[in-house]
Amino acid sequence: MPPHGYSPSGAVLNEWARGDLAVTGQMQLFGRFLVRLMTTAITLLGVAVIVFVVIRVVPGNPIAMMLPPGATEADIATLTALYGLDKSIFQQFVIWAGGVLQGDFGMSITTRQPVLALVMGRLPATLELSVMALVMAVFLGGAAALGGTLRRGTRTEGAIDVGAGMALSVPDFLWGLVLILIFGVLWPVFHISGRVTPSLDLPFSSNFYLFESLLRFRFDLWADIVSHMFLPALALAIPLAAIIAQLLKQSLKETMHLDYVTLARTKGYSEIHVITREALPNAILPTLTLVGVQFTFLIGGTVIIERLFSYEGLGNMAIDAVINRDLPLIQGIVILFAVIFTGVNLLVDLSYALLNPRLRHG
Amino acid sequence: MSYLQIRHLSARLVGAKDRLLRDVSLTVERGQVHGLVGESGAGKSMIGKAVLGILPQSVEIVEGSIELDGVDLLQLSAAERRRRIGAHCALIPQDPLTALNPSRRIGPQITDRLVQILGWDRTRAETRAVQILGEVQIEDAARVLRSYPHELSGGMRQRILIASAFAAEPKLIVADEPTTALDVTVQKQILKLIAQMQARHGTALLFVTHDLGVVSKVCRSLSVLYGGMVVEDTAVRPFFAGPQHPYARALLAATPKYTDPLASLQPVPDAVIAQVRQEVKASDKGWFHV
Repeated sequence: MPPHGYSPSGAVLNEWARGDLAVTGQMQLFGRFLVRLMTTAITLLGVAVIVFVVIRVVPGNPIAMMLPPGATEADIATLTALYGLDKSIFQQFVIWAGGVLQGDFGMSITTRQPVLALVMGRLPATLELSVMALVMAVFLGGAAALGGTLRRGTRTEGAIDVGAGMALSVPDFLWGLVLILIFGVLWPVFHISGRVTPSLDLPFSSNFYLFESLLRFRFDLWADIVSHMFLPALALAIPLAAIIAQLLKQSLKETMHLDYVTLARTKGYSEIHVITREALPNAILPTLTLVGVQFTFLIGGTVIIERLFSYEGLGNMAIDAVINRDLPLIQGIVILFAVIFTGVNLLVDLSYALLNPRLRHG
Repeated sequence: MSYLQIRHLSARLVGAKDRLLRDVSLTVERGQVHGLVGESGAGKSMIGKAVLGILPQSVEIVEGSIELDGVDLLQLSAAERRRRIGAHCALIPQDPLTALNPSRRIGPQITDRLVQILGWDRTRAETRAVQILGEVQIEDAARVLRSYPHELSGGMRQRILIASAFAAEPKLIVADEPTTALDVTVQKQILKLIAQMQARHGTALLFVTHDLGVVSKVCRSLSVLYGGMVVEDTAVRPFFAGPQHPYARALLAATPKYTDPLASLQPVPDAVIAQVRQEVKASDKGWFHV
């Protein structure tokens, strides 16, 4: 490749060095992935230990919640032994962890059903709610960011900033109350309670109602499910949408000053084309990282929002489990949440590498 | 025949009193190279930006006209102006390291304009991209078109930017100090390449530079700027034979000589600066603050 004035030996050297770098880059990527998997495993172990110890140390006894008043000492001892609560915390943990490694999370004390089945039965509801909230947040926040960038320096941008500031400073459960008041009471267009109208006959074979209703072309059911999900998802989405709007608009505005955007301007593209095609792919990376982190907070937020809207998901179940001191169930739910959190973070890191060609090639 | 005609162009920072461009008039003939020379802050880049419609939002044009092929760009709607510039003009930017979009492949960065503004079909645009890269002596065009900017050297990227500017056969190209950011060893080649491409395609070129040596090699005519004001506007030959304006004369004298590299540099004398500042002030006399 003589055209740009390298000496032949220089060109060879350059080619060699570049190939070598690419190989090291891939190995680094693979190594990073291995390290991530290991740290993830350690994180989960840490979470398990903390939860296990904490729920056994704080006051409140599951056995006492189960037995009627006036139960004999012998009854209490029998039940305690039945659930293995007479052993030391360390012994209990070893037994529980051994089961977990074989896919056995124990039995729920209150419902006497396997924890894994209970948790997996509720997981789809929470996943659907969280993903719907995420989609809403991305659309609302993205639209606000693009609109604000398009009208930068005008009153429209100021209005978007004020709106985002308000959306961010009010927590999601308060937005939930506001939405219930507006769309459930004053102007009742959406359902405000439950996941689906109880009288409906559900032909579903999985608990992914929203997804399966689409697959089965049951749009009547789909509409009912969306109507139930809309308000809780929106309540979860509003603060995240505000974060996306603020950060993405900021990065977009900074990118709009860069040389390649200016060059694209001279090519005759419309302003919205310049923003979406030239600036957005570069400006989106910091937002993507933040959305990943914030999404885990959003999943945490489902606990309160599901309670508020009586939505039959994991969060609602978690609150019941804590109230009833259902130790195995609490452990199962917390571990599942931890798996989701770390999984989302891993996905964000991977997509970051995919979106940024400089990282992909090391 | 002139292609670009700038008449009495004045610009200022929004809300400010002082002008950044003072009554600038200049002409670029069809197929000719016109140099814009001046020190930093003289407003030479700003003229190029005004022509291409990429002035910062903080700068407003307060009077004058920019005629492209007889049509005053400043009278057009924003969308119409954008399309006209996109179809007939191009920019060779200053810094090849920042002027290519880092997250897009080279191919679409060249072909997008051909497809979306000129309405070519994609195959024709891609054939054109390979051909134009060949013209700037990039041989493995297919690989380059698939590459991301960070995989290519600075000199290579500047070649791509030059090719991209000529790809749509524009009538006018603004070259904004296209060699300033490059290695000295590459500068000369790039300069030669721009001159070759300009001659082959018969494109009018507005060449912004602070280097009078470059002007003497590439340009047919030139404008010397100081403080946003044109102090001398002439053909290249009489200029290098003997500039009329004292500032232009001092600027020429300040250019280092390759024949005598050890001679100490001659800065522009204070008296000349004072004089040209007076003229700039005087030009503001008839100027009414809007």
